[in-house]
Amino acid sequence: MTDMLTPVLTDNWDAERAWTLASYEEHGGYAALDKAFAMAPDDVINAVKESGLRGRGGAGFPTGMKWGFIPQDNPKPKYLVVNADESEPGTCKDTPLMLASPHTLVEGVIISSYAIRANTAFIYVRGEIIHVIRRLQRAVQEAYLAGHLGKNIHGSGYDLDLIVHAGAGAYICGEETALLEGLEGRRGQPRLRPPFPAVAGLYASPTVINNVESIASVPSIINHGAAWFAGMGTEKSNGYGIFSLSGHVTKPGQYEAPLGITLRELIDLAGGMREGHELKFWTPGGSSTPLLTPEHLDVPLDFESVGAAGSMLGTRALQLFDETTCVVRAVLRWTEFYKHESCGKCTPCREGTWWLTQTLARLEKGQGSEADLDLLLDQCDNILGRSFCALGDGATSPISSSIQHFRDEYLAHLSHGGCPFDHAASTVFSPVGADA
Amino acid sequence: MSVDTNPGDNSLERAGLDQKTWDELREIAARYPEARSGLLPMLHLVQSVEGRITPEGIEACAEVLGISAAEVNGVATFYTMYKRKPVGDYHVGVCTNTLCAVMGGDLIFERLKDHLDVGNDETTEDGKVTLEHIECNAACDYAPVMMVNWEFMDNQTPESAIQVVDDLRAGTEVHSTRGPRLGTWREAERVLAGFPDDRADEGPAAGAPSLVGLRIARENGWTAGTDTTGQDATAASTKGDDQ
Amino acid sequence: MTTTDKAPDTVDTDLVTLTIDGVQVSVPKDTLVIRAAEQVGVQIPRFCDHPLLDPVGACRQCLVDIPDAGNGRGFPKPQASCTLPVAEGMVVNTQATSEVADKAQQGVMEFLLINHPLDCPVCDKGGECPLQNQAMSNGRGESRFAESGGVKRTFPKPINISAQVLLDRERCVLCARCTRFSEQVAGDPFIALAERGALQQVAIYEREPFESYFSGNAIQICPVGALTSADYRFRSRPFDLVSTPGVAEHDACGAAIRIDHRRGKVMRRLAGNEPEINEEWISDKDRFAFRYSQVDDRITYPQVREDGELRPASWTEAFAVAARGLRDAGAGAVLTGGRLTAEDAYAYAKFARVALQTNDVDFRARPHSAEEASFLASHVALSGGVTYADLEAAPVVVLLGLEPEDEAATIFLRLRKAARQGRTQVVSVAPWTSRGLQKMKGRLVPAVPGTEAEVIASLADAEHGVSKDAVILVGERLAGTHGALSAAADLAARTGARLAWVPRRAGDRGAVEAGALPNLLPGGRPLAEASARVDVAAAWGVESLPAKVGRDGNAIVAALAKGDLGGLVVAGVDPDDTADPAAFRAALDAAGFVVSLELRATGVTRVADVVLPVAPMTDKAGTFVTWDGRARDFDAVFTNPASLPDLRILSGIADELAALGQGAPLGFRTVGEVRAEMQALGPWDGARPAHDAGKAPRVGKAPKADSFTLATWKQLIDLGSMQDGEVHLRATARTPVVRLNRAAYESVFGMLEGEPGRDQLATVTGDRGSVTLPVAVADLPDGVVWVPARSFGRGVLAELASPGSSVTVKGAQQ
Repeated sequence: MTDMLTPVLTDNWDAERAWTLASYEEHGGYAALDKAFAMAPDDVINAVKESGLRGRGGAGFPTGMKWGFIPQDNPKPKYLVVNADESEPGTCKDTPLMLASPHTLVEGVIISSYAIRANTAFIYVRGEIIHVIRRLQRAVQEAYLAGHLGKNIHGSGYDLDLIVHAGAGAYICGEETALLEGLEGRRGQPRLRPPFPAVAGLYASPTVINNVESIASVPSIINHGAAWFAGMGTEKSNGYGIFSLSGHVTKPGQYEAPLGITLRELIDLAGGMREGHELKFWTPGGSSTPLLTPEHLDVPLDFESVGAAGSMLGTRALQLFDETTCVVRAVLRWTEFYKHESCGKCTPCREGTWWLTQTLARLEKGQGSEADLDLLLDQCDNILGRSFCALGDGATSPISSSIQHFRDEYLAHLSHGGCPFDHAASTVFSPVGADA
Repeated sequence: MSVDTNPGDNSLERAGLDQKTWDELREIAARYPEARSGLLPMLHLVQSVEGRITPEGIEACAEVLGISAAEVNGVATFYTMYKRKPVGDYHVGVCTNTLCAVMGGDLIFERLKDHLDVGNDETTEDGKVTLEHIECNAACDYAPVMMVNWEFMDNQTPESAIQVVDDLRAGTEVHSTRGPRLGTWREAERVLAGFPDDRADEGPAAGAPSLVGLRIARENGWTAGTDTTGQDATAASTKGDDQ
Repeated sequence: MTTTDKAPDTVDTDLVTLTIDGVQVSVPKDTLVIRAAEQVGVQIPRFCDHPLLDPVGACRQCLVDIPDAGNGRGFPKPQASCTLPVAEGMVVNTQATSEVADKAQQGVMEFLLINHPLDCPVCDKGGECPLQNQAMSNGRGESRFAESGGVKRTFPKPINISAQVLLDRERCVLCARCTRFSEQVAGDPFIALAERGALQQVAIYEREPFESYFSGNAIQICPVGALTSADYRFRSRPFDLVSTPGVAEHDACGAAIRIDHRRGKVMRRLAGNEPEINEEWISDKDRFAFRYSQVDDRITYPQVREDGELRPASWTEAFAVAARGLRDAGAGAVLTGGRLTAEDAYAYAKFARVALQTNDVDFRARPHSAEEASFLASHVALSGGVTYADLEAAPVVVLLGLEPEDEAATIFLRLRKAARQGRTQVVSVAPWTSRGLQKMKGRLVPAVPGTEAEVIASLADAEHGVSKDAVILVGERLAGTHGALSAAADLAARTGARLAWVPRRAGDRGAVEAGALPNLLPGGRPLAEASARVDVAAAWGVESLPAKVGRDGNAIVAALAKGDLGGLVVAGVDPDDTADPAAFRAALDAAGFVVSLELRATGVTRVADVVLPVAPMTDKAGTFVTWDGRARDFDAVFTNPASLPDLRILSGIADELAALGQGAPLGFRTVGEVRAEMQALGPWDGARPAHDAGKAPRVGKAPKADSFTLATWKQLIDLGSMQDGEVHLRATARTPVVRLNRAAYESVFGMLEGEPGRDQLATVTGDRGSVTLPVAVADLPDGVVWVPARSFGRGVLAELASPGSSVTVKGAQQ
C-alpha cells in the first residue's frame, strides 16, 4: 500500500508542548545538528543538492544550488535569511509550523548557516502573527541557553547568532529582495537583480534567502539522508511538502504528503467538499497561481505537472471554492489585495492594479460591456512580464485564468445587472450550507 | 528654515520620549550588524510607547540611526501595521481577503461595523476597539479569521466576533483560540519590537485543522519512513516504476 | 554622450558588439542597452533612467525585445533597457522594429497617463515635458481608462516642500529621479518616497523641509511638472524663452549654466551639461540667484558728486571728472574685489600700472596677507595641474581651510561622488565635522583657528595617506593664519601631492592671472623680475612700469587713512567683506578722491566722488578662470549698448588722464580687444618666484581663560549681496547657529539632561560687537566657537570680531 501522507515536519505537532526545546529534543530534535557538524559544509550543501529539495516558498528553485551560488572566496560575511513573511493569500503552512515546532526551523537554520558559512542568520517573520513570534523568540532563547546557538556550537568551533525580526505589514516583503530592504530598515521595494542576493544581498554581502519550510526540511534530510528525501515525490519534484486545504472542504487543514499527490486524493482525505456542494474552482498555490477547475483534479501536484496544466504549484495553498462562490467577486477581491499590496515602485503594477480594480468592480456590479473582458486581458498583457517583480504577474493570474475558465459568469453579471450569486450561501455559517 | 543638525551628535535628545525608550531604541539598533536594520522593530517600540507613530518617534528613530526623518517617514508609511491615528486597546482585524470573505469574513466585518458603530480603521468612542479589515493572515484553514492585537481568533461567526468585542470592551478576559489571553495592542507592539513577554507557553501547539492530516496519517499508520537507503521511504513515493 | 560610469582615469578598450534594430554597434562593456541604442540613433522612451543616477528600472517605459541575449537564447518577456548591460552578440529590437517592444511601451505609457491630470495647458513643464513628448511619440491618442469610466487618483494641488520647491503629486510619475538625486548626488535625503502602491508619493517629513543646497536639480530632472520652483512658477512658456549658455558667477567652480530669457529679462537659469566640470548639477545659488542685477538699487547712469551730493552725469563728463579727481588726489590705488571677469581684472591691473603708475592694486577684498600674495605668485599663478577628474581619481583629497559645500559647491558634489564610489578619502583640516564633510564621508583633522600650520605639518605622517597621488585643496581662508599657506606648500613639496587653491569667488583666480596683485603682473609675471616688467612695458607700449612692489589691500587702507594715498578706484568691494570694515570705511572717508565702479548702491558708492555703473554679467562677454586654472568664457546674453563693462570705463578714464598728462591710454575698448591683448602677452615663461612666508605678525594677547577662539566661514546661502532679491532662495538658508562643543555647552547652559538644547540662545561677543543666535553642539575643539560669517546683520567681520580672535559666549534669554 501507499502512504498517502508522510508527516515529517508536522510529525511532532501533536506532542505535548511541542514548541519547547524539551519536547523537540525528546522527539530526536537537534540530532541532525551533530551529524551536520561531522560533515564538511560543502558536503551538507551536496546532501541538500542530492535530495532534490526545491524552494518551498513557491518558486521551486533548487535549494542546494542556491547555496552553492554563495561565493565562498568573498571576504564579506555570509548571511542566511529565512523568509517567514507568509502572506500569499491561501498560504498557511509556515505559520502553524513555527507555532507548533519553532525548533525545527531553528535547527534547520543552524545546519543551513553552517553549510553556507554564515555566522549571522535572521528569521524575517511577518509581524501580524505575534504568537508565532513569541514562540520563535522563546525557541531562539532556549537554543542559546542549550548551546545550539552562540559561540562554538556543540564544540564544533562554529558560531552562529540568530535574530528574529518582525516585519510590519507588507505582502511584498515575501519577495526576497524586498524582504532584504525591510530587513535593512527600508521601504520594502524589490531590488534590481543582478546583483543577486547570493553575491550582494543583505548589507551587500552574500546572502541565502530560503522559505521556512525549505529550511525546516533540512534537518530531516541530514537525519535520514538525501536518498530518503529524493525517494519521495515525483521525478523532478522530490520530497514531501505541506498541502494546505482551505475553503469549502469538510476538513480544511494541513496535509503533509509527497509532492505529486492530487487534489482529488487530498479532498478525499479531507472528507470531501462541503456536504451537498461541489468544487467549482481552486488555486493550487495561492492567489498568484492561475485558477484551476474540477477538470484539473487529477493533476499531480508537483512543479512540472501543475505548470503543464497552466498554473503553478506555488505554496501548495489549495483554496477550494464550491459552486456557491462568485468567481468575479473572488477575483475582484484578490485584485483589490494586489492593489493594496503593490509597493508602488513600477508603473505596470502600481497603475495597472489601480485600473484593473476599477474595471472589475464595474463588471461585478453588472456595468460595462463584454469588451471590458478584452480590455482586462489587454491590461493583464501589459502587466504580465512588464512589471519589476512577480507581484504584478501574480495580480494578473486570477483575472486571466478566470476569464479563461468562467467567461460566461462575467457575462452573466452583465445580463443579470449585477452579481447573480447569494453571497450568504457560501459562508460557513450559511443555513444553505448547513442544511444542504 | 532648518537647523543644520549634526547627525553624528546625539547629545541633544529633545523628543518627548523617556530615557528608557531612548535606551531601548538604541538597544534594538545594536542587535544588528548595521543599525538601520533596527528601524522596523524600533517603530514597533514607538507604537508600544506612543500608541501610534508620532513625530517624536520618527525624529527619535532618525536621530538614533543618523538618517533623515523623511526616510523614517517613508518607511513608517509603507508598512500597514504602523498607525498614524491612535489605536485603541484592542486592534480587531477581520480578514476580508477572498477566502475568508467568501467564508463569512465580509459579513463579520459588516456586523462589527454596525455593532461598534465605526468604519474601517476607526476606533470606538471608548477608545477600546479599533476595527480594520485586513489581508490574508496565514490561517486560511481556520476561516473566517479575525485577529485581535495580531492574536488568532479562528473560525469566527458574526455572533462569536461580537461576543469577543463585547468582552473586550467590558474588560472580560479573552483568550486567543490559538494563543494566550489577550493583552493590549501596545503590549503586543512591544513583543514585536523584540522585547518578549512571558506568554510564549500559553495556548496550544496547534489547532485542530493544523493536525488534521497528521491524525489521518496516525490512524492509517502512514509515515515518511526513516531508512536512509530509501527502501521503506519509497513506499510513500508516487514515482513511476522506472525509478 | 555618457556611455559608462567608468572611473575617469581608466580608458576602456573592452568593446562589446551587438545588434540593435538590425544595426551592428560596438560599445564599451557594461554599457546599458538604452545608451547603446542612442549610439545607433534610437531614442528609447524613459523616465526613471538618468545617466548620472544609479539604474533603478522602476518606470518600465524603456522595455525592449531581446530575441537573443548573446547566448543564443532570448528573453521571453520585454526587458528594461535602462538596467540591462550589453552582451556580445546580443540582439535588441526596440519600438522601432518590434511590435512587442512597441506594445509594451504603449502599455506602460497608458498606465502612466491614467492617473496623470490633463493640466498641461497650465503646467510649467508643458512644451519641454518628457511625458508630454513621449506620450505623443509612444502613446495612444485616446484614453481607454477614461472611456471605461476610470476614476483618477487626486491629491490637493501643489504643496510646498520647501520655500522654493513645490510638489504636485498628481503629476508625479514616481520615477524617483528627485529622491534618488537627493540621496545619491546631494546626500540630502529630505525627500523620500512615502506611502505605497498607487498612493505612493514623494514626501518630506513635516518638520524637515527639502532644504538642500541642490534642490533645484531635482526640479530640473523631473520628467514631468511635478516639481516646480516658486521663483519660476507660471512665469513663462519654454517655447517663449531664448537660451544662452553661461558660466555661474557665484563661486570659482565654473559651473555651466543655461540662461533662459525673454524680452531682455532673465527668467530662469538651469544647469548646463559639462561633464568635465559640473556634470549636470549646479547649486541653488547658481540656479536661483540672478535677480541681484534687477533690484531697485541698481545704478543705471554715471554720477558725480557736486556740493556733497551725487548727481547724474554723462559718461564723458564722468570720465573727465574721475580723471581730474584722481590726478589731483595724488598717489592712487586700486581695489577690485573678486567678482570681475579676467578681462576686467586685466583692465584694472593695467589701469593701475599705466594710468595710475602704481602697483598698489589688490583684488583681495577679504582678510589676506603678504604670505598669501607670495603664495599666489609662487604656487597659484599659471598652475593647472589638478582637475575635477583628478579629484574623483585621487585616493586622498585634503581640504585645508575649505568647506566645499558652502564655498565651492561643484567641488563638493564631485568629492561626494568620489567618496560614494569608495575611491577617495576626504581629509579636512577644520574646526568641526560639518554636514558637508559627513556627506563626503570625510575625516576631520581638528584645528583650532590659528594652529592650522602645525596641524597641516602633521598631515605628512603616513597615517593620513597623503601621497604623491593625493590632492591638496587650499581655501582662501587659510590666509588668515600665518604660516598655514606655507605649511600647505611644504606638505605638497614633501609628499609630492598636487596642490590647488580654491578661492570663493568667480573672479579671484582670474585676477591672479591678470596681475591684479601688488606683486604680480599679467600672465603670472613676478613684478620683482626686471625682465617681466620690460616684457609687459613693451607689450603695453609704455616706457617702463613702476618697479616697486605695491601695497596690498590692508596697506592701501592704512595708507589712505594716513594720507599717504589720496586717490582710490574701487570696484565691486563690499566694505563688510574686508578684513576690518570700520577701517575700510574710515579709509574711504579719508581718501582724497574715490571712483567707484559698481552695479548697485553700496557703502562705497554712497561716499564716492564719481560713481560709474558697470555692466552686469548678462550684458557682457567675459572669462572666469576656475580654481583648476580653466578659462571659462561666456558671451553676453543681452546686447545693451548703454551697459559698459569695467574695462571700457577704465579705458575712458585712462584716456582722460592721458589727456591731462598722466599715464597712457589703455589701448582697448572692448572685451575682444582685451582678450587679444592678453593672448598676445601670453604667460610668463621664466622661473616662478620663490615662496616667502614673511614675518609672523605680532602675537596678540593670550586669550582670557573663559574666552573662545572664533571660527567662521560663509554659508552657501546667506546674506551676500548677490542673493539679494531672492526671497525663496534665502528662505531655504540654514538657520544661523552658534556652535559649541558639548563641554562648552554644558558650562554655558548647565547639564544637558532634560534640556531642549536647540532652543537655547547664546550671545557671542567680540571686539566689534555681539550676536545672539540659537546654539547647536558640534565636535569642536575645546575653546572654539563657530558662527556663520554672513548670515546675520552685516556679518562677523563688521559686527563681531576678526576670525581667529578671542570672543566670549554667554547664555541668552529667550
